[in-house]
Amino acid sequence: MLHVAYLMPLFPLAGFLVLVAAGRRIGDPVAGWIGTLAVAAAFVVACLTLGGLLNQPDAHRLFVHDYFTWFHVGGLNVPVGILVDPLSVTMVMFITGVSMVIHLYSIAYMKGDPDYPKFFIYMNLFVFSMLVLVLANNLLLTFVGWEGVGVCSYWLVSFWFHRDSAASAGKKAFIYNRIGDAGFLLAIFLIFEKTGTVQYTGGPGGGIFGQLHHLGGGTGTAAVLLLFLAATGKSAQIPLFNWLPDAMEGPTPVSALIHAATMVTAGVYLLCRMNHLLALTHAGMEVIAIIGGVTAFVAATIACAQQDIKKVLAFSTISQIGYMILAVGSGAYVAAIFLMVSHAFFKGLLFLGAGSAIHGLDNEQDLKRMGALRKTMQWTTITFTVGWLAIAGIPPLAGFWSKGDVLDNVYSHYKVLWFLGLITAVLTAYYMTRLQVLAFGGEPRWDKIGPHGEPPLHAPHESPWVMRLPLVILAVAAFFGGLLDLPWIHHDSFEGWLGPVFAGSLYNDHLHAGGEWALALTDLAAALIGVIVGFALWRGAQVDKPQLEPQFLQRVWYWDDFYDALIGRPSQKLATFCAWVVDVRIIDGAVNGMASVVRATGSATRKLQSGYVRNYALGIAVGMAALIVFLLSRTWWS
Amino acid sequence: MLHLSLVVASTRPTWPDILVFAASAAVIVVGALGVVTSRHPVHAALSLVMTLFGVAVLFIEQDADFLAAVQIIVYAGAIVVLFLFVIMFLGVDRREDVEVEPLGGQRPLAFVMLAITLAGVIAMLATAHWVTGAHQVVGPIQGPITKSAGAPSGEVAQLGKQLFTTYLFAFEATAALLVIAVVGAVVLARRPGLSEKADRAEQAERAERSGQGVAS
Amino acid sequence: MSLSAGWYLGLAALVFSIGAIGLLVRRNVLIMFMCIELMLNAANLTFVTFARVLNDIGGQAIVFFVLVVAAAEVVVGLGIVVTNFRRRSTTVADDLHSLKG
Repeated sequence: MLHVAYLMPLFPLAGFLVLVAAGRRIGDPVAGWIGTLAVAAAFVVACLTLGGLLNQPDAHRLFVHDYFTWFHVGGLNVPVGILVDPLSVTMVMFITGVSMVIHLYSIAYMKGDPDYPKFFIYMNLFVFSMLVLVLANNLLLTFVGWEGVGVCSYWLVSFWFHRDSAASAGKKAFIYNRIGDAGFLLAIFLIFEKTGTVQYTGGPGGGIFGQLHHLGGGTGTAAVLLLFLAATGKSAQIPLFNWLPDAMEGPTPVSALIHAATMVTAGVYLLCRMNHLLALTHAGMEVIAIIGGVTAFVAATIACAQQDIKKVLAFSTISQIGYMILAVGSGAYVAAIFLMVSHAFFKGLLFLGAGSAIHGLDNEQDLKRMGALRKTMQWTTITFTVGWLAIAGIPPLAGFWSKGDVLDNVYSHYKVLWFLGLITAVLTAYYMTRLQVLAFGGEPRWDKIGPHGEPPLHAPHESPWVMRLPLVILAVAAFFGGLLDLPWIHHDSFEGWLGPVFAGSLYNDHLHAGGEWALALTDLAAALIGVIVGFALWRGAQVDKPQLEPQFLQRVWYWDDFYDALIGRPSQKLATFCAWVVDVRIIDGAVNGMASVVRATGSATRKLQSGYVRNYALGIAVGMAALIVFLLSRTWWS
Repeated sequence: MLHLSLVVASTRPTWPDILVFAASAAVIVVGALGVVTSRHPVHAALSLVMTLFGVAVLFIEQDADFLAAVQIIVYAGAIVVLFLFVIMFLGVDRREDVEVEPLGGQRPLAFVMLAITLAGVIAMLATAHWVTGAHQVVGPIQGPITKSAGAPSGEVAQLGKQLFTTYLFAFEATAALLVIAVVGAVVLARRPGLSEKADRAEQAERAERSGQGVAS
Repeated sequence: MSLSAGWYLGLAALVFSIGAIGLLVRRNVLIMFMCIELMLNAANLTFVTFARVLNDIGGQAIVFFVLVVAAAEVVVGLGIVVTNFRRRSTTVADDLHSLKG
């Protein structure tokens, strides 16, 4: 069934085209259903592809097909083709699956929005771009998908662009991503320069992976670091992570789909796809691991002090992707993908649950104004609890297994980073418990006057079934997601399935069983400590605890202020200088100077043009006299 | 090479020649000054006729009989009459105020420039041995002009021969130029034709009628 | 035998200068035309003189052509004067200075 794989991106593309052509006429809510069906069709194709791949023996699970040549310039031949292997199929499975339920959720969530069809246009285009990114069989086509998801992210973050904050958040996301994209482009140039091809595998010379010997030493490290720069942009890692919290200005389904489940993991996917290249450079791997570990820790600390429910989840996402990057840097690609999949489930669930709460509270996002939602929103509460326990790392939910897998692998390579990861796990459990308690536990605060004098809110209401159904689906997935890769059945499960993709570059050193058990118990202890501390600190009715929410954390370690001082203000000064000195004085001065020279010359010489024919004749007479004098002088001096 | 001193004559001129030249020169200069200074265009035109006669005399004095005849017939007879005709036709007998010069610096500069030119030319004539590399282009004027009756004058015959052989192309070109000039003059002097007038009248009538239609 | 060429050439130069001054000084277009005729006559006189001195019939031939061109020039020039007079009721050259810069 592999030959139908190309239909996968085409269904969302078709949905996009239909909605572009007729979306406004179709309107609310049929446009949403069309978008959802397009993604559902893609999901079906993804399932068929998965079946087709499973039918093959382990070693032959690779399907590469070029459909047509995109362009052919000199030695550069870029086909439009797909690469289906366990990695890409895993990606498309959870991308299409999660996209489908989030589309379903959006049908109700976006109800009544004046730009309802536009939302689904962007969403379908996003799914199309994401599938192109994942399925492409060469770097350049991946880059097309990469840019496609970037621009869809920009459109969707600033979807409510009439709000200044949304418009500038979109710009911020776009600009931060551009920095990473520049790294991606440079990496493509470098790789093409050395290998003469952009195809991953197959084609002349066996593609990039067939010519890795050209990428040894510093070149390989440079290429890896440039790709990692791209990943830090797209996946919101230090130093380019600031855009993701601002991206929460977009509608909540967007935050769930793009800024939690799928797009932000594209960086991790890219690094996994290039695993053979990464394996060439130990220094590059160390950089990746350190950045990932530090990002996970930093973002987790910030998440502890955020008031906005979506901001907490945003920093949590950054932290979780930090884990994935840490896993990649430790050579544990399977663990990274495992965490990515399970994270897509539980973080998608958490965002949709938060969206449901926000929806029920008339778009109130402040945790300090929620409370006791368990009484009115049972479905949301139950499903959100599953997500909370999953991300906190309580067994037997998905988060415990996937995070444990990551930490196990890190432990074998970087003990310091493992310890940092463990602290991050405690913090994760803590801030999620805080979120859970503030939003769903305790006493209601939505019926009180807000901290800035806002009027009391209406009583929250449970969301309609199209919003509850995705919550249930994702809760089930988050609950049982761990079954994909239980530690004692490594060979037949996720690792056996993905193993061939990472053959040779996977750091293959599992601990003995006793060590695994010890680490698993440590993880569990960390999770329990976090949960207990969270309960202990946030259980009461008093929710204003400034000592627990220091300014330093609320202001994101002053990271934005740092960039502002380092880049923003100097750039502004430079721009001001250019505008008022360079432009006005030098450029305008030069232009105006030329104009005034011309004008002066003109007004001086216009007097010659008296308009009187006799005056012009006088000119002839002067010339004649001069000629005579000249002739005479020649006669005399010869 | 032909070296000629233009000032020192090879042979002494005879008294009649000197008298003819002096008289003609006086007529020419007086006529020229008359053209320049006359306030009335008709006077200027008559002065011009004077100059043209003087020049014609000097043409004869220098054995250019045919040109002298043409000078009288074409210039004095045709061109000046054309001038007079236009003057009469336009009725521009307004006197011009010669004393006043509206353009500052025009008059002094004109005098200075022409004084330089005149002085320069005369200085050249007086001081320089005129050196010219010109060979005879067409051929010498053959012998003294025969005055015998019946036989064509040598100079006239020669000129006619040259015009219709060596200068044939230029001659035809001048013919074309004259035709073009005539056509140009006709076009310039034409009044708006009757047919155009009729068109305009019709248009005006139609406009009036439509205006009435709206009014009624 | 005629006088030496110098006298004729000097006379021609004088007539030419008078004509040129008249052209530069006078404002009546008709008189300016007459001054141009004066200058042409001076040139003709020079040609004829050189034809005699250099003993070359070409000098006379060119005078013939000058006469023809002068006639054509006067025809067109006077046509322009007439047309212009119809439009602006003037033969004063200074009244026509709309090309002033």
